[in-house]
Amino acid sequence: MDEISTGLIQAVWLIASLDPEVMEIAGRSLAITLASTALACVIAVPLGGLIHFQDFYGRRPLINLIQTLYSLPTVIVGLLVFLFISRSGPLGSLDLLFTPQGMVVGQTVLILPIIVGLTISALGGVNPQIRETALSLGATRSQAIVAIVGEARPAVLAAVLLGFGRALSEVGVAMMIGGNIRGYTRILTTAIALQTSMGNIELSMALGIILLSISLVVNLLMARLRGD
Amino acid sequence: MDCRTFKIALSLLGVALLCSSAAADGDRLRLVTTTSLYDTGLLDVIKERFEEKYNVTLDIVSKGTGIAIELGERGDADVIMVHDKIREIKFVEDGHGLERRCVAYNYFYVLGPASDPAGIRGLSPSEAFLAIMEKGRNDPGNICFVSRGDDSGTHAREKLIWKDVGFNASEFNRSEEWYTEAGTGMGATLVMANEKSAYTLCDMSTFMAYQGEIDLEALVTEGDELLNVYVAIPVSPITHPGVNCEDAMNFVDFLVSEEGQGIIGDYAKDGKTLFFKAAGNCDIIGCSPDICAVPTSGCPAEA
Repeated sequence: MDEISTGLIQAVWLIASLDPEVMEIAGRSLAITLASTALACVIAVPLGGLIHFQDFYGRRPLINLIQTLYSLPTVIVGLLVFLFISRSGPLGSLDLLFTPQGMVVGQTVLILPIIVGLTISALGGVNPQIRETALSLGATRSQAIVAIVGEARPAVLAAVLLGFGRALSEVGVAMMIGGNIRGYTRILTTAIALQTSMGNIELSMALGIILLSISLVVNLLMARLRGD
Repeated sequence: MDCRTFKIALSLLGVALLCSSAAADGDRLRLVTTTSLYDTGLLDVIKERFEEKYNVTLDIVSKGTGIAIELGERGDADVIMVHDKIREIKFVEDGHGLERRCVAYNYFYVLGPASDPAGIRGLSPSEAFLAIMEKGRNDPGNICFVSRGDDSGTHAREKLIWKDVGFNASEFNRSEEWYTEAGTGMGATLVMANEKSAYTLCDMSTFMAYQGEIDLEALVTEGDELLNVYVAIPVSPITHPGVNCEDAMNFVDFLVSEEGQGIIGDYAKDGKTLFFKAAGNCDIIGCSPDICAVPTSGCPAEA
């Protein structure tokens, strides 16, 4: 109990005093996660739409595969991306290993399946009458698609938010691809892992609370975006 | 998702990419190191002083000796700091490392509960390991040993001591209740051994850092088997074109310089010395004069 309460107090103190290293780590966490979420979003939402609106052979197995990848372990993504961007790997010349850019790539790979899969589900959940009504009112096929996508917007935003949460909270990719380098690739989750292994339980707790606070703020912002 | 949300996502992407790449300028030197040198804070001090002198950013990746050597073999490190003589020599002989330089040392301790149920206090390290095993087999409920089990330098030392007394540690785990492999870092292993009131092997610096948080005591602290020598090795640009050899050499030269050795020898936490400098102690640590705290011979031309 003692550790939990001192952790809470220390978290409040670290936030209130704007501890420079903690602010820097929190800022980096947010920047990397936003970048990977945005990158994943730009790829995944159109891709999800394509899979939903096109009828092609193997569509159902493909969706099954995407949904299976929801449970892709973060360390496996870390390992795969590591093997690609290591200097001995096929993309070694890009020098992405142990850089923030490499972490963005890794996290993007991690959350792509979730956003693609849930976008497909979101579009599938739209009442089919909307499409028919739009078409019967003289809309072109692409106008009908826009109407359906607009209808599915809240569910797609929820998918993006879930992807953001998974990227913000994961530690496997960040550790393997980032390497937890102080002042360069250290983010909240890897800092928590390090502080815990060094026996600084209160500081770990405090960093965890800061991570949740970031998630809360992003959630509130997204709620406003959804509400308008 | 309408156009507006898409635009927001795109602009966020732009901003975030700008932020994350802003700091990426200038030369970087990548050091992959064993955890004990980093977790104690020693390398933070070395980093600060090294960066003051040379115009380069030192990126420190802290992993076990096993993964540090693996990253060196893949060309993903510019310089490594490790503590496992057998694998170090192989690393250099295989052409991945240029030259070994002994830079620091301390000792491993055999830790155990204060009650010392296996009665190892005052024994030699080998005798202590033997006693833990024999008594652990008879009374696994009270006497057990927690191994790092993660291919680190400390794990390698455990296996070496078991080999000394005639056992192959990899055969313990499956059948024997008294022997546990933690498969994790030194700190987590200490916490586990502490919870189980078990015996374990730990480097001096990590033990010092955890004193006060754990109840285990250092029961065996002397013996040749417990010597722990830290070595720095620049990765070869011949085998791995593209590594930052020049700065790696500068870094090793800085470590063995009077200033670097001074930082290592003087580094203390709460008044306790954690590491000893290699310079002047070459006989004690069994490093021949040509590799013990002497400057490197410079970078070979890339092939």
